Amino acid sequence: MNWIALTVFILLFGLVTVLGFVAARWRAADLNHLDEWGLAGRRFGTLVTWFLLGGDLYTAYTFVAVPALVFGAGAIGFFAVPYTLMVYPFVYMVYPRLWSVARKHGYVTAADFVRGRFGSPFLALLVAVTGILATMPYIALQLVGIQVVIAAMGFTGEGLLGDLPLIVAFAILAAYTYTSGLRAPALIAVVKDLLIYLTVITAVTVIPAALGGYGQVFASVEHAKLLLATPTAGNTGAYSAYATLALGSVLALFLYPHSLTGLLAAKNRSVIKRNMALLPAYSLALALIAFLGYVAVAAHVHDNPAYGAYFQKYGNNFAVPALMLQYFPSWFVGVAFAAIAIGALVPAAIMSIAAANLYTRNVYKEYLRPGATPADEARMAKLMSLIVKLGALAFILFVPTQYAINLQLLGGVWILQTLPTVILGLYTRWLHHWALAAGWAAGMLLGTWVAVGQQFKPAYPLHLAGWTVSGYTGFYALLVNLGVAVLVTLLLRAAKAAPGSDATSPADYEHNSV
Amino acid sequence: MAAPRPGKLKRTLLTVLLFVPFFLAIAVPVYNRLDPSLFGVPFFYWFQFALIIVTAIITALVYKARL
Repeated sequence: MNWIALTVFILLFGLVTVLGFVAARWRAADLNHLDEWGLAGRRFGTLVTWFLLGGDLYTAYTFVAVPALVFGAGAIGFFAVPYTLMVYPFVYMVYPRLWSVARKHGYVTAADFVRGRFGSPFLALLVAVTGILATMPYIALQLVGIQVVIAAMGFTGEGLLGDLPLIVAFAILAAYTYTSGLRAPALIAVVKDLLIYLTVITAVTVIPAALGGYGQVFASVEHAKLLLATPTAGNTGAYSAYATLALGSVLALFLYPHSLTGLLAAKNRSVIKRNMALLPAYSLALALIAFLGYVAVAAHVHDNPAYGAYFQKYGNNFAVPALMLQYFPSWFVGVAFAAIAIGALVPAAIMSIAAANLYTRNVYKEYLRPGATPADEARMAKLMSLIVKLGALAFILFVPTQYAINLQLLGGVWILQTLPTVILGLYTRWLHHWALAAGWAAGMLLGTWVAVGQQFKPAYPLHLAGWTVSGYTGFYALLVNLGVAVLVTLLLRAAKAAPGSDATSPADYEHNSV
Repeated sequence: MAAPRPGKLKRTLLTVLLFVPFFLAIAVPVYNRLDPSLFGVPFFYWFQFALIIVTAIITALVYKARL
């Protein structure tokens, strides 16, 4: 048991716990209103949004899994880097429109917008359910990040006793999310992000120097892994897989309820646009963290007998924790591990709030209790955020981690199927809402079937005109989705089917506050 | 309150500029190589790293130009 690391860890954890509860009084307002609990009153400025979105998008799972992938598979693991840089121009152009219409009409979720735009509660329900389903495994995976660092500090208990620290951490998280809503992760994100930057900058400066420089690091990596495999004849191979995976992830990222929630909490459009220029700083951190995967290879952490059992249990996810343990003094190990653990709490909190918002607005208020008052909504959302976290915790404790990883892949495929409805809906109502529902169904079914058939490998080798085009399953499913939506729309128009009502007007999409 | 937005042509050019790194990032064959390396880091890696910085700068410029 690494007592020094554990002490530092607990101190930092205690700090964010206090912040989590204190956050309820930050920019104080009536937290019995969903807008305040779930979106912090839409009052966050540029800097807070930068910390919030940074903490939200760059999760503990990201920081553990990306270097793990680089460590094991090489260049393909780096795909997170182009993916994050492609996100920003896309979000810059598209999402201020969603912010504007949501602000104008008091929409809290993407499904709220869909309901208003298409006049279809059913289509909104499909979007809401997809969002909730996609979020759940993601919360569970954050816990994996916490599990790994807790084990790395020396907790070797088996069964429920060994999971006790995780349960305690989660109980505390649930408590301050309940009381403070979105303000809690926003405030905690400041600590998280500062710790992450501190850890990353230190790690990428100190450790490679100890190994003889970056040249040495790259020289120690198996040559074949350093680049993407060049495709063979008649095959677009890793090139198309990499590109479509990045593109699909870009399109999907802000469709995830937790990302959108962070965005909707901004106080005006400029906050969003400025952040698109500022958030790339986190991508730099991510690229550096990915490098650590190679540094771990060069440092031969896998050959260190002290870590054998951990690599057995956690696989390549242990690469970065092993690296920290091997090179840093115990107190800094505590800092680094706290960064990862807190790095899991922030997105887990926001994800549970986002899922709770969806349920409350688009299931509870829409279908179960139309007469719900704002206080009822807030109460329901708070309860739901607890239940969602409990569900995720139970999943990680009792179900093998691989299932969570597989569901996460499916979740990515699923959430992408809401793109035609949510994103195209921001620009046009040409697609009929029934056609969008049909397209959604086609994409969901096909995407799920293919993903399962590929044993949850993300790419599908499509055979087309003599070529094998390996592409991201979700992306292919999206193309089918769009095709079906267009086709059915044409049919519906020919049959003179009535379009639903539109509660929005064009100016709403440019609406701004000062 | 706000200065007038740039004209249609300027907005189109700014949008194109904004998406240059996007398309570079997706054009994998362009950067899937080891040379030229920089400080011991192979091209594949430092190119993507540099691209992040370029994206941030372009986005800031586009924002300042009020797109």
